[in-house]
Amino acid sequence: MANNTAQIIQEKSHPMEDLLRMDRMPHIWCSGCGLGSAVTTFVEGLKKAGVSYDKTAIVSGIGCTGRVAGYLRLDSYHTTHGRAIPFATGLKLANRDLTVFVFSGDGDLFAIGGNHLIHAARRNVDINVICVNNFIYGMTGGQNAPTTPLGAYSSTAPYGNYEMPFNLVGLAAASGASYVARWTTAHARRLTNSIATAANKKGFCFIEIVSPCATVFARKNMGGTGLDLLKEFQTRAIIDHDADPTQIPLSMDNEIVCGEFVNEDRPTFWENVQGGIKNRLEKFSNWEEMQSNSRKITHKKDRKYTSSIDV
Amino acid sequence: MRYWEKPFGKEKPKTIRGEIHIIPDRCKGCSFCIEYCPRDVLELSKEFNKKGYHPPVVAKPDRCTFCGLCEMICPDFAIFVTEKEE
Amino acid sequence: MFQKSRLHGEFFMQGDIACAEGALAAGCRFFGGYPITPASEIAERMAMRLPLLRGVFIQYEDEIASMAGILGASWAGMKSMTATSGPGISLMNENIGLGMMMEAPCVVVNVQRGSPSTGLPTTWGQSDMMQARWGSHGDYGSISLVPNSPQEFFDLTITAFNFSEKYRLPVFLMADALVGHMTEKVVIPKVEELEIINRKYTNKTPKDYLAYDYDESLIPDFAKAGDGYRYHTTGLTHDRRGYPDMTVECQEELVPRLVNKIKNNINDISLTEEYDIEGADVIVISYGITSRTILPAITMAKKKGIKVGYLRLKTVWPFPDEKIRKLSEKVAGFVVPEMNLGQISLEVERCAHNNSLVKLVPHPGGGIHKFEDVLHAIEEVVHGK
Repeated sequence: MANNTAQIIQEKSHPMEDLLRMDRMPHIWCSGCGLGSAVTTFVEGLKKAGVSYDKTAIVSGIGCTGRVAGYLRLDSYHTTHGRAIPFATGLKLANRDLTVFVFSGDGDLFAIGGNHLIHAARRNVDINVICVNNFIYGMTGGQNAPTTPLGAYSSTAPYGNYEMPFNLVGLAAASGASYVARWTTAHARRLTNSIATAANKKGFCFIEIVSPCATVFARKNMGGTGLDLLKEFQTRAIIDHDADPTQIPLSMDNEIVCGEFVNEDRPTFWENVQGGIKNRLEKFSNWEEMQSNSRKITHKKDRKYTSSIDV
Repeated sequence: MRYWEKPFGKEKPKTIRGEIHIIPDRCKGCSFCIEYCPRDVLELSKEFNKKGYHPPVVAKPDRCTFCGLCEMICPDFAIFVTEKEE
Repeated sequence: MFQKSRLHGEFFMQGDIACAEGALAAGCRFFGGYPITPASEIAERMAMRLPLLRGVFIQYEDEIASMAGILGASWAGMKSMTATSGPGISLMNENIGLGMMMEAPCVVVNVQRGSPSTGLPTTWGQSDMMQARWGSHGDYGSISLVPNSPQEFFDLTITAFNFSEKYRLPVFLMADALVGHMTEKVVIPKVEELEIINRKYTNKTPKDYLAYDYDESLIPDFAKAGDGYRYHTTGLTHDRRGYPDMTVECQEELVPRLVNKIKNNINDISLTEEYDIEGADVIVISYGITSRTILPAITMAKKKGIKVGYLRLKTVWPFPDEKIRKLSEKVAGFVVPEMNLGQISLEVERCAHNNSLVKLVPHPGGGIHKFEDVLHAIEEVVHGK
């Protein structure tokens, strides 16, 4: 049924195209997957945050969510499974002007990469981690993830999953993150605001995005399309910013508590280390000289054989 | 008739209207936009696009208020809204 | 603001410390590491020196994170390094493969210890040599440098950084715990007198720049994060734009290039030290600390009238195939003493092509060779056994 306002536009382009790699479209995500929505809200959030696009870098791991880096027109890195966070830490520490985002999935960040996540949160490195939680390992065909709810089916749990799943926001908050939030892909505007806040906030920011996986999770568990799963997420979602993030796990039928649970200002890793070393060394009266004259620093094991000429 | 001050309802209120642009060949038929439009502007078309999906089509163009939710929730960057010039 | 290291002079210095100083002289300002005997001293020295030189030191939670971290720092434009031993390299191998595929310059120091597994943590060995070439899955070119003294540890660290910047890959520095923990005289020249090579940044505009576009040198130009180039780089097989391309043609173009960019430049990369090669009947090929511990054997053999040549490999990978092949046509045989049960000797056998004998003098590690064993081997080769 044609309509005179639904113009097939050749002259106007989609407003997000300046931040997308249009030469790689269409993307590989399935019909009904929430990842496309996560990317659109990310692009909107980045525009709202007002950060310089040239100075924004995005790092992702392996998996369906890991492909996000390939579709965004920023300095983007598609690294190995689980190791996006230490890579992003190295990138940020080597160039502190960058705004670094890590965009990866629940298995990539919490299974193989779990150790790196808790240490980066503990150190409060100034990176922003966006974890898209689809409760399953999508790319490889639907295996169990550490977030798969109790009783759900997956391809490596054909009789149902009987392992207790992780509560991602609880883990991030307990490890020391400065900003912890959880939203679903249906909360488009709140997610945009969250991402804009995280981009401008210093410290380790963690956002969990609950997203429907149409092809594996929905098909193996409740049937229907990605839209049906998203509608269910939206029905079950409530917003409670005061909730204790460690007390709000996700299961097959309970409420999905969304909100911004932790929003604090803590000194970052670099501020702590720089400040601490400076304080310690300022006690020496020749601190300025030590900084510029590092030949005076000797390890207790090297004794000068002959002293050298002037510096 | 001279008024001392303009009554509140004298001026016609300015309403914002949106103009929807759909790129049908990018659509993968997920129906997120149709479901989440708060004003029920869109509906599924009966035609197929190049990939065999049914893209959305604007059923009630006058009801669009330029909220932009369809643009933000579309996973395939296949729909966007611009403000309709009066 | 980059701060040059101003340490110079003659020092009585431990090998690990000399390595750290070499890295700082070469311009390394990012170190991500994890403690492991016998490489912890490198991390300790870097922790002390880097904050004063406006660098970054981070002790990561494990070796895997260390390798990922130094790749990230490399993409941000800093020269970066990590130091570990055998067990750490086993953990790092996946990300070493990522570094090879992404072509990120960095240096990985392996201060070898008794292997396999936890092995002999406080003593030495040389049994990781093959792992340095074939550790990560897949085909890629690899460079490994092997020092035999603290002074050379200092010099070869600078060479390792130069190679990594020039050829854009992680370079291995394969020391052993003896060289790492030995204390000897080290002369550190002024930084201005050293030859430092930096990576070649692209001079194209962001519109024209392709992340993996290359000319006949097979090495793409670099662009770092934050400069507006907005490139994409991935561990998947990628085309010249850096985008993943899952086709046979792309693989056929990319993977041979990774191998050939090292193979074609073997004359530049292969460093050796040779004595008495001309007219020799037996050549002793060694590397690392073994090249010093077997010197008495060579002296005794010469006293017995045997014409012994001495070839020390400073670059073990890429292996100098042509040189060994040419030598194998002239000598009766090679003697390869190494502190493992036969790794580089296999390479020598491969290149010798049955033209000459190859005799391995193995040692499982933890001690040094008895020079009588090497002497016996030399005599056996001369007598054709």
